[in-house]
Amino acid sequence: MADMVSGETAVISGFTDDEISVKLLEMGFLPGTAVRFNFTAPLGDPVCVSVSGLDLSLRISEASTITIFN
Amino acid sequence: MASQRPIRIALAGKPNSGKSSLFNQLTGLNQKIGNFPGVTVDKRTGICNLDEETQAEIIDLPGIYSLYPRTLDEKIVAEILADKKNRHYPDAVVLVADATNLKNCLLLLTQLIDLKLPTVLALNMMDLAAKSGQSIDIQELATSLDIPVLMINARSGHGVDELKQALKEKLNPSSRTIFLLDNEIIKVVKKIKERFLLDTDYEAYQFLQQTDNLVFLSAEERNYIREEAKASQFFPHKYQGAETVMRYGFIQDLLNKIILKTSDPEWKKFSYRIDKVLTHKVWGYLIFFSVLFLIFQSIFAWAQIPMDFIDQSFAQLSHIADTNLPAGPLFDLISQGVVPGIGGIIIFIPQIVILFACISILEESGYMARVVFLMDKIMRKFGLSGKSVVPLISGLACAIPAIMATRTIDNWKDRLITIFVTPFMSCSARLPVFTILVALIIPDNKIFGFFNYQGLVLMALYILGFLAAILSAMALKFLIKTRERSYLIMELPTYRAPRWANVGYTILEKTKAFVFEAGKIILAISIVLWVLASYGPGQNMQEAEVKVLSDVAMKGLSQQAIEDHIAAYKLEHSYAGIIGKAIEPVIKPLGYDWKIGIALITSFAAREVFVSTVATIYSLGSSDDQLTIKTRLKSEINPETGGPRYTPAVGLSLLVFYTLAMQCMSTLAVVKRETKGWKWPAIQLAYMTALAYLSAFLIYQTLS
Repeated sequence: MADMVSGETAVISGFTDDEISVKLLEMGFLPGTAVRFNFTAPLGDPVCVSVSGLDLSLRISEASTITIFN
Repeated sequence: MASQRPIRIALAGKPNSGKSSLFNQLTGLNQKIGNFPGVTVDKRTGICNLDEETQAEIIDLPGIYSLYPRTLDEKIVAEILADKKNRHYPDAVVLVADATNLKNCLLLLTQLIDLKLPTVLALNMMDLAAKSGQSIDIQELATSLDIPVLMINARSGHGVDELKQALKEKLNPSSRTIFLLDNEIIKVVKKIKERFLLDTDYEAYQFLQQTDNLVFLSAEERNYIREEAKASQFFPHKYQGAETVMRYGFIQDLLNKIILKTSDPEWKKFSYRIDKVLTHKVWGYLIFFSVLFLIFQSIFAWAQIPMDFIDQSFAQLSHIADTNLPAGPLFDLISQGVVPGIGGIIIFIPQIVILFACISILEESGYMARVVFLMDKIMRKFGLSGKSVVPLISGLACAIPAIMATRTIDNWKDRLITIFVTPFMSCSARLPVFTILVALIIPDNKIFGFFNYQGLVLMALYILGFLAAILSAMALKFLIKTRERSYLIMELPTYRAPRWANVGYTILEKTKAFVFEAGKIILAISIVLWVLASYGPGQNMQEAEVKVLSDVAMKGLSQQAIEDHIAAYKLEHSYAGIIGKAIEPVIKPLGYDWKIGIALITSFAAREVFVSTVATIYSLGSSDDQLTIKTRLKSEINPETGGPRYTPAVGLSLLVFYTLAMQCMSTLAVVKRETKGWKWPAIQLAYMTALAYLSAFLIYQTLS
């Protein structure tokens, strides 16, 4: 998911890290849910995304554990 | 009812859901700040009068998204809610939900329902939800969940009376069970449930999931649970993920039923537009640094006015007590030890008030999350968090409020490193020491006719402190081992105007915490220091006057000058003087003599005391004129070399020492409060003193 560009929308397909995935799930990153990539921080990390009605900030390292389908 | 213990009500909900606003609405000024055992989140409890007869004890739980903690501090919630014997175990829970974001808020609610806790759902921010165009079928929501659902506006207080009314009634747990256990684990869950005599399957399931977090279980009980979990192949992460997905499945079905009209995404447009500017690569940083500068300016300069007033008032109070109380050691203790000691605590209040006013405005408005967003990448390189910036910059004014401000950092390791390195930032108390020493040893010349030498040295000292902070943070990043992973899965809340009452409560809460918790330690140490500087062994102190007066050199001096000489004689022969002389061999390699040694000891109360101690020891006690002190120091002769005592080498060595050393008991007291023990302040004291000593040693030895 870290490769998405600003304004892009995709569907979450899964996770690559067990430990982080439980936290991501709780915040509403659910497989099958649409996620919108809003913008990156000026220094390139972290990024701002919208999912399940929330605007969240994620580090690139965290975002890259989310696999997407688009 | 009145004679029984008050009903215990817990407020739960995710961060930014308006939980604190509701807590303030319910309890007003009847709130108390305490500590949860083992964690560093403040425990906020308060009394609320539900009606004239019924009182309720309200506890504000830390903001969480689910029962599974993201940080060490959050485990306290599961600890309370899964332990019926816990003294905070609630009779009822109010789940405060952000109505504009129901989906996320309901996750925790479904867990509370499964724990069979009597729960009320309070839908907050209904005004915003209405503005966004969303409409909800509240009746259906209440029926589907089988719990009371109320609408509130925690900012205006609208609906709070109805909530109180609802809490007065005997509440029953919901009849619903939302999370259905997997067949593979049902056996082990039932076994745990029986073994610990639990009422619900979900409690037993939590015992399995959070075995390590539930500290009320004995080591033996935990071992039992671990063995059982292993035997039945219970993998916490796997089941936790499946549980969350299942709960969200339930929530989505529920939302499909109750949301009559979804919100129009346009309603956040304004917030997005602000974000475009505030997280812009040029404007974003420009605005952030202006905000930082404003905070720094306000605690550095504006706080000075009330601080000077407090300083003078306590000096007068001490003087009045001194002249009006009868002579005697006990009264001396009161007028010269206790009164100035209390003054030394009160003096920090203006800075604490101003800093926390700024910080809570940043938090309340939603800007703090953007600060983290902007700074996280840089700060993480040094083992710090985006949220460390505000404490570090505040440390330039004073480390006390700065360290208290680290509570906003969720991750324990990030917070600890920030606490550890903040005292390196050159605070305002170092400035009097810096100015007098710089003026003493650095010529007032200009380089290229533009840069002032003294100004350059002063700047170099600030940079040295900053570098020491950053480099120490980097070292600690590798040294401190933690099980806790650092996350930045953080909500960027919609911008809102701060609620001023919340700002006020935060200020009050922080000031109280400082005065009553750190204050005790500060008072105790300042009294010890006073005793050390005012008393000495044997008859020397009593004979001071006779000795000084009998000295031929004193003939013809004014009364004032003689009194100054007596004060100097007394200080030299006090316990502090004796310690100062005793450490002379240790500090000699740094270029210091016993007189400086005494100043090092007394200035532990506060760095700026260095100046007044030096004045006293050189018989200038009655003079607070910098120029007089400077002239006197300049003429001080080192008997070993025959040259001046304060050579550039000695001066620079002292400057470096004061930049790096932990010469501040108040900081230590606050670190002790924030880290829950003496371990970290002790390490910090040892580390900073060692670093200061070594650096001063190197400076002196190379330059002399």
